[in-house]
Amino acid sequence: MIDDRPEWTVICPLTRLDPGRGVAALVDGAQVALFRTAADLFAIDNRDPVTDTYVLSRGIVGSRGGVPIVASPLHKQAYDLRTGDCLDLPGVAVRRHEVRCRAGLVEVRLRAEA
Amino acid sequence: MRESQLVVVGNGMVGQRFVDALRARDSDGRWRVTVLGEEPQPAYDRVRLSALFDGVGAAELNLHTPDPRVQLRLGVPVTGIDRNRRIVTTATDEYPYDALVLATGSSPFVPPIDGVDLPGVFTYRTLDDLAAIRTHARGRRRGAVIGGGLLGLEAANALRLLGLATSVVEFAPRLMPVQVDAAGGALLRRYVEDLGVACHLGVATSALRPGPDGSVAQLELADGGRVAADLVVVAAGIRPRDELARATDLPLGHRGGVLVDRTCRSADERIWAVGECAAVDGTCHGLVAPGYAMAETVADRLVGGTATVPDADTATKLKLLGVDVASFGDAHSTTPGSLDVTFTDPATRVYAKLVLSDDAQTLLGGVLVGDAEAYPTLRASIGQALPAAPLALLAPAGAGTGAAALPASTQVCSCNGVTRADLDAAIAGGAADVPTLKACTRAGTSCGSCVPMLRQLLDAAGVGQPRGLCEHFEVSRQELFDLIRVRGIRTFSNLITEYGRGDGCDICKPVVASILASLGAGHLLDDERASLQDTNDHFLANLQRDGSYSVVPRIPGGEITPEKLIVLGEVARDFALYTKITGGQRIDLLGARVEQLPQIWRRLVNAGFESGHAYGKALRTVKSCVGSTWCRYGVQDSVGLAIALELRYRGLRAPHKIKAAVSGCARECAEARGKDFGIIATEAGWNLYVGGNGGFRPRHADLIATDLNTAALVRLIDRFLMYYIRTADRLQRTAAWIEAMDGGLEHLSAVIVDDSLGLCAELDAAMARHVGSYSDEWRDVLEDPARLGRFTSFVNAPEVPDPSIRFTEERGQQVPARAEDIENRQPVGLGMPQVPR
Ligand SMILES: Cc1cc2nc3c(=O)[nH]c(=O)nc-3n(C[C@H](O)[C@H](O)[C@H](O)COP(=O)(O)OP(=O)(O)OC[C@H]3O[C@@H](n4cnc5c(N)ncnc54)[C@H](O)[C@@H]3O)c2cc1C
Ligand code: SF4
Ligand code: FES
Repeated sequence: MIDDRPEWTVICPLTRLDPGRGVAALVDGAQVALFRTAADLFAIDNRDPVTDTYVLSRGIVGSRGGVPIVASPLHKQAYDLRTGDCLDLPGVAVRRHEVRCRAGLVEVRLRAEA
Repeated sequence: MRESQLVVVGNGMVGQRFVDALRARDSDGRWRVTVLGEEPQPAYDRVRLSALFDGVGAAELNLHTPDPRVQLRLGVPVTGIDRNRRIVTTATDEYPYDALVLATGSSPFVPPIDGVDLPGVFTYRTLDDLAAIRTHARGRRRGAVIGGGLLGLEAANALRLLGLATSVVEFAPRLMPVQVDAAGGALLRRYVEDLGVACHLGVATSALRPGPDGSVAQLELADGGRVAADLVVVAAGIRPRDELARATDLPLGHRGGVLVDRTCRSADERIWAVGECAAVDGTCHGLVAPGYAMAETVADRLVGGTATVPDADTATKLKLLGVDVASFGDAHSTTPGSLDVTFTDPATRVYAKLVLSDDAQTLLGGVLVGDAEAYPTLRASIGQALPAAPLALLAPAGAGTGAAALPASTQVCSCNGVTRADLDAAIAGGAADVPTLKACTRAGTSCGSCVPMLRQLLDAAGVGQPRGLCEHFEVSRQELFDLIRVRGIRTFSNLITEYGRGDGCDICKPVVASILASLGAGHLLDDERASLQDTNDHFLANLQRDGSYSVVPRIPGGEITPEKLIVLGEVARDFALYTKITGGQRIDLLGARVEQLPQIWRRLVNAGFESGHAYGKALRTVKSCVGSTWCRYGVQDSVGLAIALELRYRGLRAPHKIKAAVSGCARECAEARGKDFGIIATEAGWNLYVGGNGGFRPRHADLIATDLNTAALVRLIDRFLMYYIRTADRLQRTAAWIEAMDGGLEHLSAVIVDDSLGLCAELDAAMARHVGSYSDEWRDVLEDPARLGRFTSFVNAPEVPDPSIRFTEERGQQVPARAEDIENRQPVGLGMPQVPR
């Protein structure tokens, strides 16, 4: 079986990410928002689909009913970090991407589907 | 169904209430309503009229909501009634009626004293009266009020607020003779005199004399005394406006007023009378509560109901700043066999009297002077068994046993006839806070004295306002503040592990960040605190709609040197920032990308600028006018004070933004009353106003202290701000905070002026810590590589600017490009009209 998915891109050392905060990264020309929570890493599009601005990485990270979320810094809609679904606007979602930590480095692989 | 014509004469408090009540009941549109009012304004809250001198705008007093089913004609006095033809006439028109409701109120009684028609002599009843008083008071120094009753004292306080040295002349031997007994009156006099109002009691005014300009200058008293006054208010009582009824030969009460029965119907079955113009079974009432009861009764009758008016409630509470006086029920012990229980404490200056039935079981009435906290509960308990032992009710500490102890049938809100049972039903039906309870029962919407009881009932029902901050904390912001302060907690993780649950969210994290900042826990961007900040505090700049940020350096008091102004211009030019003057007298530089912020700030800090905290829930600006330094009207140095205050409170983090201003004289060019705290210079010092704001719900600040010297002023503002920071809710501006406070402005003043909670030393110390530990957040960032490291657009490409931020040009400056501009890459012609040549 041929894996035609894109390569993993090394972003930065894990220590560069604060727990409970996001950063933006450029991956193959796309803007990705990366988040570190107490236990996990997440990657979603940096683009806020409601306002068409690239700001999701600057939102506050937290949880809603146990779901890890980021709240858009512009109009505060919450996005499920695991799926990219917007919890406040049905039908709105952002792409999520794959993220992992290898040898202390954070790596991201883009996903094509929504 | 056939529509019938209903004409209402008078659009005052009761007339309006009647129309509202009818509209609420007349669901199938039986009545077509026409209202004819003599005053040019639609109905307003006359009871709160004096608030106009306390910073409330006339619009806030409005009681009238337009209703397409009601035709309202204002400025149209009715001149006659033709009962045979069933029409009322005005100067120009005739209006036929099937039913006619007279709601013409009262007119002030002006005794026939020599000189009472001089310029400078006013009555105190309408918006127009107050406007005329305000105009005449300008530049004048001495005022007098004829009449020491409820209304006279209110007018005296108003003159005081206008800055006049004020005297009251009362014919009876004590103030408020109708409501208060001799002992209560004596104490009341001391309170009133302490406010600076001179009292001449037991003496009649025999004449008013003009000065050289032809307007009033002096009162001559019957005992030969003289009182100088260049403005006089006559508040000697009211007379029902029954002239229309009189002219059409309707029977009147023996002391005037349209004679009606308990259904408010006059001798003519088509004519009804409500409010102060009605003499129910022969008696007129000069308070709004009985009028409202009449309005409801007639509304009910007109849709086929059988209501009758209950016995009138004549309870009153004086609304004078700082003097608590209340009387209710049979205050003068006129019921045969009644017993008095009195309590006097000369030290705290409290006098209280309860009138009980002969078996000492039932409360009949009472008088409270100096402490009226028990008033709402006592008033609601009239005619019922005492809710507690008399002394427990009266002793100030035990005052008020709470609404929860009242039986279901008790009228909690006497103004609107709402019982405990009605309120309990509304609460059971889902009303969970005071505003909702007010909206669905009307309780608390008139004099407001029952509002504390509404809160108690909500608490008793266990729905007392959901106070939890969010799903992670069940406590309110205030409780969180106390926990963090008292327990010395310094991190969010400790706090949420010990007192919350889950991971936090965009509600609780910034709240905790702000509390930690208020308590001086260290730089915003250090340690775990960085992750709590919203993006503005995280980048120390304001996020704009396109993802770029704005930069606003502090310009204290709005004063800036040409050199600094040039630096701002150069920085804006070099970074191509859009530049705009803000409402707070500083300069906003917009359109900076994250990675540019440190470069911009390095230049600003080097030129002597510091953070303006425009991004934070913190003190923003203290705006000023040029004051006595330049202005020919200025009486104090408003710029100097504004700068000192801005430097004192810079960096102070709070539940919401704080704005302030200082005006150099009463002309108020700095718009200080639109601010959280505003200062207006007087000849003698400074007047302090608190709780104003602009924005969505504009509100003028209320006067809290007058003629302060600078040290006293600063101390009061210190306490005001610290008390706000400690006790306000999340995102609650000072106006809403004061409004939500039990006891409102009076309570606030008791806490920060009189130290009623013994808190002031702590508040003072907290502010001293803030002032001592201030340091410029931006300078601190520039000096620390770890903090600086956060200012990149991309963690893996620090040198790449964010390509999504694009600009277009408008009026010679850069503004965010809109999606269309980016796609077409066309030069933009932004709505410039095409001029045909
Ligand atoms: C300063 C002040 C403070 C007060 N404080 C209190 C208080 O604390 N508690 C309390 O219970 N009460 C208080 N009152 C009394 C209260 O305001 C009145 O009881 C209440 O307004 C009576 O309502 P009403 O509709 O009967 O009369 P009004 O509100 O006076 O309305 C009557 C209206 O009818 C109009 N009108 C009269 N004749 C005609 C005509 N021929 N054609 C057309 N229109 C006409 C008048 O211009 C007026 O607008 C206070 C009053 C004042 C002035
Ligand atoms: S408020 Fe008074 S002192 Fe200040 S500018 Fe206006 S007129 Fe002059
Ligand atoms: S008692 Fe006056 S508003 Fe309720």
